[in-house]
Amino acid sequence: MITLTHYMVLSGILFSIGMLGVIRRKNLLMLFFSTEIMLNAVNLGFVAVSKYIGDLSGQMFAFFIIAVAASEVAVGLGLLVLWYKRKQTIDLDSLQSMKG
Amino acid sequence: MEKYVYLTLFAPLAGSLFAAMFGMSKKNLITGIVTSALLFVSLFSSLMLLGYVDEEHIVKVNLFDWISAGNFDVSFGFIADQVSVIMMVTVTTVSALVHVYSIGYMDHDEGFNRFFSYLSAFVFSMLVLVMSDNFLGLFIGWEGVGLCSWLLIGFWYHKKDLPREIYPAISPSWAANEAFIMNRIADLGMLIGLFLIYWNVGSLNYDIVFKNIPNVDISIVVLIGIFLFIGAMGKSAQFPLHTWLADAMEGPTPVSALIHAATMVTAGVYLVVRANEVFSLIPNVGMFIASLGAFVAVFAATMALVNNDLKKIIAYSTLSQLGYMFVAAGLGAYWVALFHLMTHAFFKSLLFLGAGNVMHAMHDELNIKKMGGLYSKMKWTAILMIIASLALAGIYPFAGFFSKDKILEVAFSEHAYILWFMLWIGAGLTAFYSFRLIMLVFFGEERYKRFGFHPHEAYAFMLWAMAPLGILAVISGFFEHSFKEYVTAILPDYEAHIEPHIVGYILIALTLAMALSGILFAVYKYSRGGFSKKWEETWIYKLLFNQYYIPQLYETFITKPYAELSKIAWKDIDLKIVDATVDFIATTLYDAGDKSRVIQSGNLSKMLRWMAIGLIVLLIAAII
Repeated sequence: MITLTHYMVLSGILFSIGMLGVIRRKNLLMLFFSTEIMLNAVNLGFVAVSKYIGDLSGQMFAFFIIAVAASEVAVGLGLLVLWYKRKQTIDLDSLQSMKG
Repeated sequence: MEKYVYLTLFAPLAGSLFAAMFGMSKKNLITGIVTSALLFVSLFSSLMLLGYVDEEHIVKVNLFDWISAGNFDVSFGFIADQVSVIMMVTVTTVSALVHVYSIGYMDHDEGFNRFFSYLSAFVFSMLVLVMSDNFLGLFIGWEGVGLCSWLLIGFWYHKKDLPREIYPAISPSWAANEAFIMNRIADLGMLIGLFLIYWNVGSLNYDIVFKNIPNVDISIVVLIGIFLFIGAMGKSAQFPLHTWLADAMEGPTPVSALIHAATMVTAGVYLVVRANEVFSLIPNVGMFIASLGAFVAVFAATMALVNNDLKKIIAYSTLSQLGYMFVAAGLGAYWVALFHLMTHAFFKSLLFLGAGNVMHAMHDELNIKKMGGLYSKMKWTAILMIIASLALAGIYPFAGFFSKDKILEVAFSEHAYILWFMLWIGAGLTAFYSFRLIMLVFFGEERYKRFGFHPHEAYAFMLWAMAPLGILAVISGFFEHSFKEYVTAILPDYEAHIEPHIVGYILIALTLAMALSGILFAVYKYSRGGFSKKWEETWIYKLLFNQYYIPQLYETFITKPYAELSKIAWKDIDLKIVDATVDFIATTLYDAGDKSRVIQSGNLSKMLRWMAIGLIVLLIAAII
């Protein structure tokens, strides 16, 4: 029997993997993947809880997040391409022009 | 009649502001003339008020509401009743003449315009003090005269400090600060008195306060009386706050004549007279005031006996006469106190102005041992000063005889025989030191020649400015009955009852004999070259000459420990605790900023890490 707990644990594990990726990875593309994982971990949580308490707003919210994530990736990848054209790299440490 | 109240009050202010416009520029005779003219306007209008005010006609003017906060309501109001009109006439008469005199006296001074600005500002403050219809207005005037006194004592502020061994007072600016600080101590007492009045009566307006004061608990009234009198002690330089008055002689002589003889120092007496309805409820405090007054009368007179400083002798004499006034006020004879205040203002300012002439002639030399025989050179000054001294000594028919004798009668009829005896001794001392001064300055050997002085008489117009004071010093005593009728309309009537009548005459004769013997002794002794040198070796001479060592005492036991305490408070408490705490907070924040600045590296992955750490910290905080 798969209960809510299982879903939440899975969501937590996915979120942690995503966060670890955000912290550890230097490749901008990998960072995008990591944020996507985090967003989807949250989606999973929303949908599971929504089903559990019988309220559709959670699932509705998940759709919103998917839509926002899609547009974010679209804009983000565009910027990424521009950046690559200018600097020939997508390494995170190259993004340091505002060093204080 | 309101317009005369405004004229009296604001003419000096206008003069002061006018002179202030020329404050920093070179001597301009017009400032002296304009301020003097405006003072005569003020004198004229106060004389008009003197004629107008009687029992039915008391002029009250409400200029504007001043403070109105909650239940506290004070208006900027002025009153011209019998008491304040007498004060106004006295103040404006003396100050108008002193202004004219100063045109001559300050002739060669750099700060001529500045001087007139200060002097007129003083007159304005003094008029606010005496004309206000509430205690707060009186207090504003009180502080105003204190400020102007500070400005004028320290008028020659550029003079350097000298050690006390050479010079009794250290410098004008030092003396000015001393006067100001001593008065601050007393003003605290006065403020507490005012707070107590407001606390218990709910108003500071004279009418309301005096109407309600009998309903206040008697112990509170005693406190009010004591604290108000502490204020009066400071301004009128009563023991133990008296040292500033002698040092205040550092100021220009017209200032001494106007402020430190005739007007400001009598403000304390005025306060007691004005608040007579408070003081008549508490005869014990009144007795204390009278005893202190009698003590100061003798105490100051003894210091005047041996001093060699021309102006200081007169200053001690002022102190002594203020003591006489407080005796009368303390014993409930308020009109007598006011009468002596008025006559004293005339003859004492005359005496000071005469001293100013002598100083001018002697190039600011003050040591009377270096003078002598000046009569032939300065006949008119000498005559005017002799008139003033006779009035001061209380010789019939001069003004001092009437007012001082009344005070002695009051003391006798109140069965305060000890006070009477002290005042009687004081009368003898007064006569002696006044004529010691006259003899040493104007008669005897012409010692000034040895010191290379070439004395000359002052300008004629300065003498003309002194002449009215001379006339008043002679005749003002004869106004006794009309004066009494005039002021007892609002002051409690007081008639000395000495039974049988013959005793009264004996007392007058005794006092007159005492004064005459003082004069004759001085004349006899100093016409034969004065006392021998041996006398100066005795301890009593040294005690008196050093003013009972009180200035030294204050310096060793109050000023120096206080300076040490201040140093400790500064170096140990302020620098090490207060400043250190504040600095610690500042440096901690500064260092924290400096250390955490490196976070802003601009490196995205590091920032993301910090974000994650922040998230975790917040999550933990939320859970806890």
